[in-house]
Amino acid sequence: MAREPLVAATASGGSPPPKPERTKPRESPSTWPLVDRIGLYLCWAAGIAMCLVTGGILAYMAVRGVQFLRPSLFFNSPTPELDQSKSGGFLDPLIGTVLITIVGTLIAFPIGVATAVWLNEYRRPSGLARAVESGVEVVAGTPSVVLAIFGLIIFQQSFFGFLSLTAEGNAVLGRSFFTAGAMMGLIALPLIVGSTRVGLQQIPNHVREASYAVGKTKAATIRRVLLPSCRPAIATGTVLGMGRIIGDTAIVVILLGATLQLQSVGEVPGLSTLKGSGSTLTSYVYNNSPAGEGQSPGKAYAAAFVLLLVVVALNYAVNRITSREAPQWIR
Amino acid sequence: MDPLMPPPIKRIVVDREPRVVDPPPGAPGNGAASPGALAHSPTLRRRHSSAVAAVERMEMRELSIAYGEKVAVNAVSLPVRQGEVLALIGPSGCGKTTLLRSLNRLTELTATARRWGQITLDGEDVDRVEVTHLRRRVSMVFQQPNPFPMSVFDNVAYALREQGARKPKRAALAPAVQDALERAGLFAEVADDLDRQALRLSGGQQQRLCIARSLAANPDVLLLDEPCSALDPISTEVIEQLIVRLREQVAIVIVTHNLQQAYRVADHVAFMYLGDLVEYGPVDQVFHRPVAKRTKDYVGGAFG
Repeated sequence: MAREPLVAATASGGSPPPKPERTKPRESPSTWPLVDRIGLYLCWAAGIAMCLVTGGILAYMAVRGVQFLRPSLFFNSPTPELDQSKSGGFLDPLIGTVLITIVGTLIAFPIGVATAVWLNEYRRPSGLARAVESGVEVVAGTPSVVLAIFGLIIFQQSFFGFLSLTAEGNAVLGRSFFTAGAMMGLIALPLIVGSTRVGLQQIPNHVREASYAVGKTKAATIRRVLLPSCRPAIATGTVLGMGRIIGDTAIVVILLGATLQLQSVGEVPGLSTLKGSGSTLTSYVYNNSPAGEGQSPGKAYAAAFVLLLVVVALNYAVNRITSREAPQWIR
Repeated sequence: MDPLMPPPIKRIVVDREPRVVDPPPGAPGNGAASPGALAHSPTLRRRHSSAVAAVERMEMRELSIAYGEKVAVNAVSLPVRQGEVLALIGPSGCGKTTLLRSLNRLTELTATARRWGQITLDGEDVDRVEVTHLRRRVSMVFQQPNPFPMSVFDNVAYALREQGARKPKRAALAPAVQDALERAGLFAEVADDLDRQALRLSGGQQQRLCIARSLAANPDVLLLDEPCSALDPISTEVIEQLIVRLREQVAIVIVTHNLQQAYRVADHVAFMYLGDLVEYGPVDQVFHRPVAKRTKDYVGGAFG
């Protein structure tokens, strides 16, 4: 039996329908104790301040950066000229950023994934596993300038002479894309290890057992099931690590030389560049800004803007990767 | 077959005595089925007398398993026969899953687990069989559907691709993959696109894919650990029919919390309680004429 519509009841002149019971309106913060209200407003203020700061940085860098950005900056090597119209662009630092990111990622990626797999899937002996865990944590917490100094000491040993320029008298310079890349790998490593481990932990145990239960070994399970399952996690960690490498300055200044132009060592093309010193966008910004050593704030702004764009692009990439569907199982 | 439509109920058992098709006395949520409603009774048994004589494939002798100090399975002796479904029933924590996992030595993955007694597969001690080889012969399907994050085809071919060996061509694997999918009753539903991601399938399809994956290596024994507990009733029914169909090809051991399910699919039932095997026998005996009082209480719903 259909109920009579309410509209019909009111239209026919009967008594208006009783007011429907509503759920209580949301409790207003004005009824809260003062402390809680202050806390709430502080939370609001913190969030909004965060947005304002980020927006401010982006807007300011965009305005100043675009103002000084010229296409020619991308295609010209920097030259030591006092006259800023002749001092060139940031082609070499741009190449340097790309090279150092590639070298650092190539070093950090396999070591990081392998460490994470060992920590999560093997962990024998357990004492060693705990030592590795705290080792990764210590590396993650060490300032990059400390790593850079440490790297310089290590790579100036004559044993590592093949990685950089060996001056007359067998003094090893220790500054090259290889040596800087090795230390850059170290600062990217903890991010890759952490992200991969989270990915592995999210795979329920019965998935591993399902692979063993059809007669596969642990190694085959890791290679064919576990690593493909946490591909998004590995990619996220790698991109975050790349962001760290791109943004680091101390290692560039100390271990890459922060020279104006790429300086090759040796004759082999490619290898000679990697054995040589150079600079990155971060060191270029530092060296051109009046706060550092340079007198060319315009070019520093332009390079900083490009750097910012690269980092924003990487963040976007991370968001895209994490939103991509990782395999989901019932736990 | 449309996966959303319930398959037609096949009346497999035609038994004159209403007692046999009665639900287990007092089985939870089932109500009392009057003889007139038997044709539609959900407890209608799917099993029928097997066409092939049962052959003993595995045997447990005085099998005990302990985790640290806690004994999970205590001196259990049981046969596993091909042509029959053996159901392990019992309350939670009674050791039935542990027992099942020990059959293909998955218990060895637990560091604290120790095992005594003997398990034989076709007369050979399972400890003497290389473990990956053993697990190809004694395969297992888990409670939660867990296809691997690859295509349907690759999931089924997973067990077939030997490690280390040169990769067999897809065309060489295709007949075996199709056969396994057909035996698991999934082929018709996925035939149009074997390259789709396995995790995009429905839960019931995923579980049948897991069964197909286990069948691909042509195992002698199939272990099922509560294979339907994460599934809806329709998928459960499809899988139960599948289990009954498969028992002539492989020996099947199923762990289940669901007494009606055990009643529907099993030929022999083993009731376990706190690690002990309380009663083992044909399904009718265990459900209708249990010898032990504990069995009577459990199948009668007095505890669980």
